[in-house]
Amino acid sequence: MISTVALLLCGPAALLATAILAAAVSRHTAATRLVYGAAFAISAALIAIVASHLAGNSGEASATLPLGLPWTGARFRLDGLSAFFLIVVNLGGAVTSLYALGYGRHESAPHRVLPFYPAFLAGMNLVVLANDAFSFLLSWEFMSLASWALVMAHHRDEANRRAGTIYLVMASFGTMALLLAFGLLAGPAGTYAFDAMRMAHPGPLAAGAVLVLMLLGAGSKAGLVPLHAWLPLAHPAAPSHVSALMSAVMTKVAIYGFIRVVFDLLGEPAWWSGVAVLLIGGVTAVLGILHALMEKDLKRLLAYSTIENIGVIFASLGLALAFKANAMPSAAALALTAALFHVLNHSFFKSLLFFGAGAVLTSTGERDMEKLGGLIHRLPVTSFVFLVGCVSISALPPFNGFASEWLVFQAILRSPELPQWGLKVIVPAVGGMLALAAALAAACFVKAFGITFLGRARSAAVERAHEVDRWSLAAMVVLAAFCLLAGILPGFVIDGLSPVTLSLIGDRMPVQMAEPWLSIVPIAESRSSYNGLLVFAFIAISASLAAFFIHRFASHALRRGIAWGCGFADAVPAAQYTAVSFAQPIRRVFGSFAFRARETVDMPAPGSLEPARLKVDMHDLAWEIFYEPIAGAIDFATERLNHLQFLTIRRYLTLVFLYLVILLLVLALWP
Amino acid sequence: MLELAVQGAQMFSVLLLAPLLIGFVRKVKARLVRRQGPSVIQPYRDLVRLMRKEVVLADNASWLFRVTPYLIFAATWVAAALVPTFASGLQFSWAADLIVIVALLGSARFFQALAGMDVGTSFGGIGASREVMIASLAEPAMLLIVFSLALVAGATQLSTVAAFMGSPEVGLRVSLGMSLIALVMVAIAENARIPVDNPATHLELTMVHEAMILEYSGRHLAMIELASFLKLLLYMSLISCVFLPWGLASAGAGPRSLAIGAAAYLAKLAVLAILLGVFETAVAKMRVFRVPDFLGAALMLALLGTLLLFVSRSL
Repeated sequence: MISTVALLLCGPAALLATAILAAAVSRHTAATRLVYGAAFAISAALIAIVASHLAGNSGEASATLPLGLPWTGARFRLDGLSAFFLIVVNLGGAVTSLYALGYGRHESAPHRVLPFYPAFLAGMNLVVLANDAFSFLLSWEFMSLASWALVMAHHRDEANRRAGTIYLVMASFGTMALLLAFGLLAGPAGTYAFDAMRMAHPGPLAAGAVLVLMLLGAGSKAGLVPLHAWLPLAHPAAPSHVSALMSAVMTKVAIYGFIRVVFDLLGEPAWWSGVAVLLIGGVTAVLGILHALMEKDLKRLLAYSTIENIGVIFASLGLALAFKANAMPSAAALALTAALFHVLNHSFFKSLLFFGAGAVLTSTGERDMEKLGGLIHRLPVTSFVFLVGCVSISALPPFNGFASEWLVFQAILRSPELPQWGLKVIVPAVGGMLALAAALAAACFVKAFGITFLGRARSAAVERAHEVDRWSLAAMVVLAAFCLLAGILPGFVIDGLSPVTLSLIGDRMPVQMAEPWLSIVPIAESRSSYNGLLVFAFIAISASLAAFFIHRFASHALRRGIAWGCGFADAVPAAQYTAVSFAQPIRRVFGSFAFRARETVDMPAPGSLEPARLKVDMHDLAWEIFYEPIAGAIDFATERLNHLQFLTIRRYLTLVFLYLVILLLVLALWP
Repeated sequence: MLELAVQGAQMFSVLLLAPLLIGFVRKVKARLVRRQGPSVIQPYRDLVRLMRKEVVLADNASWLFRVTPYLIFAATWVAAALVPTFASGLQFSWAADLIVIVALLGSARFFQALAGMDVGTSFGGIGASREVMIASLAEPAMLLIVFSLALVAGATQLSTVAAFMGSPEVGLRVSLGMSLIALVMVAIAENARIPVDNPATHLELTMVHEAMILEYSGRHLAMIELASFLKLLLYMSLISCVFLPWGLASAGAGPRSLAIGAAAYLAKLAVLAILLGVFETAVAKMRVFRVPDFLGAALMLALLGTLLLFVSRSL
């Protein structure tokens, strides 16, 4: 009997084999179909293996391969947490491969995409399965490099090259932070297996350092503010299906890393770790969505909105940490369930939205919203499923985004029971930030859908647009169905998450499937409950009742006419509201502190024929406060150290001698 | 069985009462400026008239434009049917708590803003963009108010909250006072009343809500108007069931207390409508970019109320 883990490891192995094969045949016309078909089959098989493992209640399974470090070997393990993330990764992988079966045919440089795509999937699977620091870091770095190669697929574009460079630097920085975190966890004995790390309980100082390093390492990959700067550059630079995979799935692998270390390996958390994670999460959510609102490039808007969702997930994880530190396991289970549910939901709707953006890109060649508009007439199916994605991500009932945000709010309402004053003050403030982020997200996606799909066409390319191929449509329709199903039947997902919370927290949310009418009841029915199915049914019934009543009794007459412009019809489509003008009120409200935005109006003298100009000046404060000083310091240091390159041999020898003396001194004085 | 009857009665009574409430508010405002004003049943006549008229649809209006009135109406109606009006023991109150009700109104607004952008005129765009700006401040304020109520009552379930507010253990609390003020401010903004928006304006540049629905006509406009009437009734019911819970029939009450509840509810609506009319007559509409200050104050009040509750359960 071959173990489940060994079976699961065949998946990444098969994906790597596909990658090598793809490198060999990538210039062949059938290669696209072959590679994505194989990736789809392998991902689907991996889901099936995990599902059958879970259905069999077989518990944990592990395997050790004679690779990697000689005294540790490469260890792999499947438990509740990795099973959940394996499903997230492979569902994303399978649907993306399905989409790419059609979308990939439009790729101008398939030989730069096809070999790396299965390798990227393999890397993500291996990270989630790894059970020792060495294989974890190796897989992590492999995942980063494969995705970097995909970002650089269209490397002739200067902006993509810059994005790739920044991504590479940030990814290396993140891996370095992870390396240090694992070094601290391994301790002086150098026990790199996760099982051994779980047994060793680091002191409070080391535990704090590990938390900070994980926030830097996993947080830079997930896109926490202020480490997010690479994300809105790199995610949109890749081909759209890869953007979807990076935004919807790779960020989740980063969250997996954070949960694995902080909740599992690190032991009992300190209460202030909850404060730190909560605050970073709340700030990330608000700043991410504000940036998204200011954006007029559809794919960059989606990338920034990923940052917002990561913020929501981290805020919820911070709540779980705070509850866990205060021995409130049922509340911690609620917060962790909310976070994981949002992980799943975000992977659905963000993939869907990136696929939609990809469909718009293939049919019009544009991702600048200011050149789109009116696509609802040209792309009926795409616009419908994109609308479903927009409603879901805006946390509106009865779709899935609302169900998980509702759970987050329920978790926040458990927090007055927390004893620490710091938490009592921070939690409601973060609750307010999350509510603000949710409202801004709705505004952002009204803009994304309204400017792109509604109104009149702003360019000739839109008027020639045609609906995309069946593969892409199938993938988007499947995801839209998932968004609705997870929204109206959240009890299934919550119960499915109970093994994870049981293993990490030691408690679980009450069984939801036993509730009448499939409601979800996180604590008690008199306290709060939500029934997505009934809300959906009520809306459907009352809308049809209204429609029936109207069509039975009211006038049926309908006439088409020109739009009413209050006596001044806009002759040209360019005079419509644009993405920038749509966001202008919100920029005036929030921009002055979030971006130090300033508007200057340049009004020509009366009688002059010069046009009047409105100039908006915005700053990305993360760049100005963090990155530019650091880059400046590095420049300064390299300039100063540059002359060390041109020393004589005697001076080099002196330097070496001095270093040796200092090193020996330090060793002699070391306690 | 009685619960189901109460739920059904509530569902249709809100639908029937909503135009009357608007007619009453308009009458109050007219009388305050010494006008005769139209009859209180004028809104019903308007709705019937709109339903009889033909729909004039802009050339490039999409299916979304035609579906939206029904969606807005359905979401608002479902939300309004779940707020206790005269009795708190509603059959389906467990299907949606206060957060869901707020979010349902958010769904209605989402589609309304989209419909405003569908035709591609500048007025629709200006209305939609201002509406989402107002919503981006009003919604978090509303959620923080919900947090305060939930912390006081220990539940987000509206029936439980209403029952708790009617019990003698509530007493006077600073945070509840702050929540009430914040809720009134949010309600004014959400219902596009003066000073945030003017429901009677015909100057396009000052409109928010009216600008979004400028393209609508006939039966579509009737649905949207009815939804906005329902929304005003919803907020008034919410304020009266949470902050003025006297006379509210409890779960499983007999017909006598149901009748008392209905009478008390009508009296509360009348008082709130008169207050709204007086307030709207007394203040001037503010500039659009003063609205964020107004709503920011509501947000801060709500946050302060919540913070006080987190810090001390007795304030």
